[in-house]
Amino acid sequence: MPAEPPIDTPRNLFEAYERLAAGAARPIAGGTDVMVAITGELGPIPERMLDLSRLEELRGISLEHGALILGARTTYTEIRRSTVCREHLPALVDAAATIGAAQIQNRGTIGGNIANASPAGDTLPVLLAADAVLLVGGQRGEREVPMTAFFVDYRKTALAPDELILQVRIPLPAGRALRFRKVGTRRAQAISKVVMALAWRDLGTAGWQDVRVALGSVAATPIRAAATEAVLEGARPTPEAADRAAETLAGELEPIDDVRSTADYRRLVAARILHRLLRDAEGW
Amino acid sequence: MTAYRFLVNGVPAEVEVPGMRRLLDVLREDLGLTGTKEGCGEGECGACSVILDGQVVDACLVPICQVEGRIVRTVEGLSLAARERGALDTLQEAFLEHGAAQCGICTPGMLMAARAYLDAGGDGDEDHIREAIAGNLCRCTGYTKIVDAIAAVAHVD
Repeated sequence: MPAEPPIDTPRNLFEAYERLAAGAARPIAGGTDVMVAITGELGPIPERMLDLSRLEELRGISLEHGALILGARTTYTEIRRSTVCREHLPALVDAAATIGAAQIQNRGTIGGNIANASPAGDTLPVLLAADAVLLVGGQRGEREVPMTAFFVDYRKTALAPDELILQVRIPLPAGRALRFRKVGTRRAQAISKVVMALAWRDLGTAGWQDVRVALGSVAATPIRAAATEAVLEGARPTPEAADRAAETLAGELEPIDDVRSTADYRRLVAARILHRLLRDAEGW
Repeated sequence: MTAYRFLVNGVPAEVEVPGMRRLLDVLREDLGLTGTKEGCGEGECGACSVILDGQVVDACLVPICQVEGRIVRTVEGLSLAARERGALDTLQEAFLEHGAAQCGICTPGMLMAARAYLDAGGDGDEDHIREAIAGNLCRCTGYTKIVDAIAAVAHVD
């Protein structure tokens, strides 16, 4: 049988913070990443675990002050079924629908996807493109961390060992469009070869504003493609502009070869996905 | 070691095991319910699918501490009413009729994923059925007969 490290099940956040302050413990919510890591012995076995499954404070989907608020324990199934998410952030619903299959979507959580910090996490480009901010907390208090500052290095995050992710806060500016696209080996149960989210606000003759191009599986962390965003910012994505943006993206990315894909393929596919998203948005 | 209590197929169960023991191991090793199979052990294949509070999950990814006070259904309890009569669940009958099982290792998980889908109001649409069992791998059938069997039950229900 796999390793079975000791686990505490706090009944509320106060108790959870106490346990974390008393010593390192690996949080587990839906377990779809942590259980695989332990069973497959991918890295050292945690000395202690912290079960988040009784923390009702981490649940719920709501709209507050023009922002979509997701509790960290919100599952992919809950996101897919949420009328609020479908109406205000359909790209996140699209992303949730591509993760694993029913068994994973019923258990896996958005907070887990973020904390696990896999470069291939499928919701992460959407959250980056949507300017999401994380509310994290511990015994020392709560603080906000923008998604853009959260992923420090390969599987390293800005979360302190005594902190938990509490909420994901996603601003919903008027007129923002957001699209998601994932390329994997098959439609279900596939870890991404390339995953992308594109956001913009269309100001008509003034062109696109607040353009965000975010990608997964092409770097050590989920990233924003700053040079490509600059090409698209303030312009209309004509076919010529799309060619230029795609070329810029291919030049900007530094993906690697691994078991799922090659650097060359990732660069090529990322550029084509961007081109396709721009074409679909403009209808040329 | 902590005592964990939950319902399995309508019967109260209590086990005293480490909280991180996988539901899969509790079912097979501690409770002797070996109908649930272990395939990959990492949430890829769906062979260990069971229904937890109405939702299909991979039992290899659920620590038993998260099952405390909850309701588990395994293939042994697929249809408790039918079992009382000494009969099979309609899904099991349909799998037999359509030749939807060959080697059998995926079958218990496939049945549980299909049962969760149908119980949630799933219809006979092929795309919907294929999505519902996308987390269950089968290396024998090519899936067509499994989809046919589930669709047959959906159309009757």
